[in-house]
Order: sequence, then structure tokens, then C-alpha cells
Amino acid sequence: MRDVVITGVGAVTPLGVGARVLHERWTAGACAVRDGEAPCADFDVVDHMTSKEARRADRATQFAIAAGDEALADAGWGDELPYDPELIGCVLGTGIGGIGTLENNHDLLRDTGPDSVSPLAVPLMMSNAGSAALSLRNGLRGPVFSVVSACAAGSHAIGTALRMIQHGEAEAVVTGGAEAPLTPLSRAAFARMNALSPTGVSRPFDARRDGFVMGEGAGVLVLEAGDAARARGARILGTMRGYGASGDAHHITAPHKEGRGGARAMSIALGDAGFTPADIDYVNAHGTSTQLNDRAETLALKLALGERASQIPISSTKSAIGHLLGAAGAVEAIATVLALRDRIAPPTIGWEEPEEGMDLDYVPGTAQPLKLSNGRPPVAISNSFGFGGHNATLCLQAA
Amino acid sequence: MATTTTTTPQSIEDTVVESLVNFGADADAITRDATLEDIDVDSLDLVELTQVVEETYDIDLDGSDFKTVKTVGDVIDLVVAKVG
Repeated sequence: MRDVVITGVGAVTPLGVGARVLHERWTAGACAVRDGEAPCADFDVVDHMTSKEARRADRATQFAIAAGDEALADAGWGDELPYDPELIGCVLGTGIGGIGTLENNHDLLRDTGPDSVSPLAVPLMMSNAGSAALSLRNGLRGPVFSVVSACAAGSHAIGTALRMIQHGEAEAVVTGGAEAPLTPLSRAAFARMNALSPTGVSRPFDARRDGFVMGEGAGVLVLEAGDAARARGARILGTMRGYGASGDAHHITAPHKEGRGGARAMSIALGDAGFTPADIDYVNAHGTSTQLNDRAETLALKLALGERASQIPISSTKSAIGHLLGAAGAVEAIATVLALRDRIAPPTIGWEEPEEGMDLDYVPGTAQPLKLSNGRPPVAISNSFGFGGHNATLCLQAA
Repeated sequence: MATTTTTTPQSIEDTVVESLVNFGADADAITRDATLEDIDVDSLDLVELTQVVEETYDIDLDGSDFKTVKTVGDVIDLVVAKVG
């Protein structure tokens, strides 16, 4: 099987514009949650595209375009693509798609009638708008589509991209996820199902956790076939070692109580990578700060990794930037590969009070250096679990 | 949104040009002779322009009305004729 490497990363997150901004600020313990939400306050669309491009993109797609530009530049893709464009794919994930566009146009429909609905409503709100925009902007003519699996979509997209390269459908795939859910309907809907934190605090794995904090943003990675990337002299950030996906078939929103589905995704990813639990040095947890997820994920980690689960650092990016829904897995994969590169486990910000049975090393408050013993580049898994019982785990290794 | 001022060919031209600029066309490049391709105005822009014109002048345009236009001048003349 061909190896698949990460050659470029880009991100727009509540911590700022840029993948390295995310990594450096999270590692330093910064938290972007303000008034119970985590908006991308530093993002100004005029810095990233023309007014015409901006008008034709929902906020989620605008994030994807900015993150995509950064990722392609980071990969050293100049004006000319490094491979036949028909062998470069694009797969992005989203949980909801262009919900801001949908809500605005529904307001117009209700208030002033059907003739007022924008002709741009469909191309802006369709869930595949992000992958379409990156394909158009960069001339990517390989397989192009989006993946929808709620809060696991970003990881499913990356896993799908990995398979496309492994199977020879593509030499490279631009992949990741984007979401812009800070809208009235989305806020109300998540609040009504008691998923959001009423106190507005994201503190994954802490006994006082009471729900997630909604964020927004995008993460984009450039994956390339390892042999092709090396042949063109690309700088390699890390390797995508494995991918595992599973379904709970248990409940539409609640995870399996013993974390069986999540554990299976992790075990499949490890098997796919050819690793055992002893090979894992760090876990980037799904860690949403909801009562159900964080307990079930802790159990899933113990089930999948056995005693190794209590020997390695496990932290949640959502403690710093909230929950980016369908973008979360992509942004967290980027945070993971940069953490591995620096041999560090960024912290779970705000973790203070342990809960009975949740006794893993959640890296409270301050980043920890990874403890490495066998001399090979460190390995991590990154978990994403979505409503519907969708579980996806990525296994990454530093270069 | 009905106009409160008198509709003239010049005011219609102003509405068309203002719309094209709002859609992202370069204001300096908009002349009567400029082709829609020159100023990067495509079919989606024309559908939006149809909506603006219909709302502004309270008229109905046919979806096929813009099918033969090539230049900004063609667009302006067509709208002036329809508003009549």
C-alpha cells in the first residue's frame, strides 16, 4: 500500500487565521471562547478573496477557501499544480452546510415572498459548496465531493482522501472540513436539545462539564502519495498512517454507553496503520465537554488501548476553540500533526475536577512534552464522533 | 422596492451599473462596449440582475430575455426597453 503524507496545512479557527497560530496559541494555553461561543473574530473575508468570490460563498466556504489557500501554499504548490489536475481530488466535510445562507433566505421567503429568494441560495447553502469552491479555485479535476457525518465529517473526509490516494484514484487530495454554525437557528436547535453548555464553558473531561461550546472555522490539509511527494522534493509534515470508521447503531444522538463504537473505530485505525496500542504516544480526543461524550470516550479509550490509555497524554482541542462540528476533525488533525512535529501534547484548558472513573491523563492546563522511548517519530490518534453514531479515528505520525 | 424618483434611461443605466459593481465587477472596466465576459459577469449575475430590475421597476422579465445579450450596452438597452 502506498504511504500517504501530509505536505501542507491551513486553518481558520477561533484562535486566529493560520494553522500555526492554532497550534502555537493552543499549546500556550490560549482559549478563544467568549460569551459562550467561539467565533473566528480575526477573520476578515476581504483579506482572502475578491468581493465576487465572497458573495458566492457562505461563511463556511469562505473559511474553507482561506484555509485551502494557506494549505496549498504551505505544500509548496505554486501557480502550477504538481500533478495532473485530473489526479488531484478534493474532499471536504461539513456537518450542516451553509445554514447561514439558508436562514437568511428563509427570512426573505417569509417576509417578502419567493421572488426575493437569492438566485445564489442553492450554490451557497449546498453541503458540497466547500469542495466545489476549492476545486474551482485551484483547478482540481480529480474526484471532488463532500462528506456529511455531523461532527465526524472532517475526519471521515480525511479518511476518504487517504483511501483515494492508497487506491490510486488520486496522487493528491485537498481535504478537511468547514463549518459556520453561529446562526440563530443553529444556536436554538442545539440549545433545545441540551447539547450546548448553559454556562458557556468548554471543559472537556472535567466533572463540571455541562455541554459543548459552539465554534466555527475550517481546516484543510494537502495529502499526497509519499513517493510522488518525495520525488518532487516536498517538505513532509507527517504521515497519515491509518483510518478507522464505525457506526454505533445505538441512539440517534447519544454515544454507546461503554464507548464500543468509538473503541472499534480506534482499533480499526490502529490495525490499518499496523500499530498496537503500545505504539501510540498521544491522543487528540473528540472531547466535546458534554456529559455523555467525555465519559463514553474515556471508556472507549480504555477498551481500545487497554493499559496504554492511562500511560499517554489525552487532550481536547475543543477546550481552546469550542466545537467546530464538521470542521472539528480536520482542525484537530492539523493540531495533532503539528503537536507531533513539536513532540508536545497541548493542554485540555480548564480541566480541574476529576470525575469518578474518568482517570486518564487529560493534560490539565499546561502542555506536556511527549515522552518518547523508542526513537521513532511519535504517533497519535485523533477521534471524531458524530450524532447518528458515526465514529472516525485517524492515526498520524510525525515525519 | 418601487422607485420614488422619475425613471429615465440614465437612472436605469445607473441601476444596472450599480448592480454589476455590487456583484463584484470592476467599476472602472464597465463601459457600454465592455462584454459581459470582459467584466466577469456570468449567468448567475444576470439572474441576480433580473431580480433587482424586477423589484426596482415592478416589471416581469422572462428568463430568456438575457440570452442574447453580449455587452453592458445590450443589457442596459434591454432593461430600458422592458421598463419602457
